[in-house]
Amino acid sequence: MNSFLQIYPYLIAGWIFLCGLYGIATSRHLVHMVISLAVLQTSTYVLLLNIGYRIHGAAPVFVGISPGTITVDPVVQALMLTDVVVEATVVALLLAMAVTAHDRAGTLSPDDLRMMRG
Amino acid sequence: MNSRWRTRIFFAAAIGFAWIYFLGVKNLPPWGDYRGIYGQMISAVSVHERHATDAVNAIDYDYRGFDTLGEEFILFASVLGAMLLLRRPERPETTTPPEKGLSDAVKVSAAVAFSVLVIFGIYISTHGQLTPGGGFQGGVILASASMLIYIAENFSVFKRITSHPAVEVLEALGAGFYAVIGLVPLVLAEPFLTNWLPLGTTGNVFSSGTIAAISASVGIEVTAGFLLLGYTYLEDIIAKTGEEQNE
Repeated sequence: MNSFLQIYPYLIAGWIFLCGLYGIATSRHLVHMVISLAVLQTSTYVLLLNIGYRIHGAAPVFVGISPGTITVDPVVQALMLTDVVVEATVVALLLAMAVTAHDRAGTLSPDDLRMMRG
Repeated sequence: MNSRWRTRIFFAAAIGFAWIYFLGVKNLPPWGDYRGIYGQMISAVSVHERHATDAVNAIDYDYRGFDTLGEEFILFASVLGAMLLLRRPERPETTTPPEKGLSDAVKVSAAVAFSVLVIFGIYISTHGQLTPGGGFQGGVILASASMLIYIAENFSVFKRITSHPAVEVLEALGAGFYAVIGLVPLVLAEPFLTNWLPLGTTGNVFSSGTIAAISASVGIEVTAGFLLLGYTYLEDIIAKTGEEQNE
């Protein structure tokens, strides 16, 4: 049981990933699909923060704590910061594509967007 | 392929993924016992080496500054792509009736909230090397402050501010400064993105050398980029509502 709890945080990340993937696979609306992609990407935050966590580790901000203190891993946090920014801009770009698709085809359902037109 | 089959195929794939993922994480080191040495090292040296108390930003803007440069250009390219996709043919100003602003009480509260947000955004962008924050976060706060202008006033006021050519110039400058700050050390025969500015006193706003400078330039770029995004989307929505009303 203990070993299950050790990997439980990682399983949550996998679960969120699958939730997002389910949303994308069964989506009937492009905006819904973009939000599902955002959910899917959220799983990487959970995974990264859990990997870098250290029990009794302080936040990696050395204000009021001495430089030698054990902290949680700052590298994965920096990675996560990158991830958040990229997600925000990619969502913006994909939503712009959805708007364009709606202008061209008059629909936002991926099933009706099947034909490619020049 | 109908949606039922799509769901079935998804679940078959999901079970496979879940199994492989479980095998992958099953033998990871126990949770809370991270053994990566890189982060520990940076935690230990960032205050001494870079005079930056926030190790996360020391990584983002200095130790792994090259990666953040790439990330910043992802942001730049995405904003550019969204503007390109949503661009509309130039047309003379439509004869939409003047929009009515909200009540004076809302305008006054929005003005107060706007000033607080702007100050907070600038604070977050410039203190990234000391406490959690930095250019990306501060830039988003600054850009979202502009939405208050739209809420309290109307779109034409918002447009006057955000479609100003200065915003586009600032976006390019913000992105460019990062690269320029990184290129300066090459002239001094040092590697790309070496921290060449004076490091200053730890805990001071003007400390940590290029970390603070890069954070500020990223703040400018993100502010301008998100202002442009907000403007592009709002203009698209408003142009479409105008067309619907005219029909």
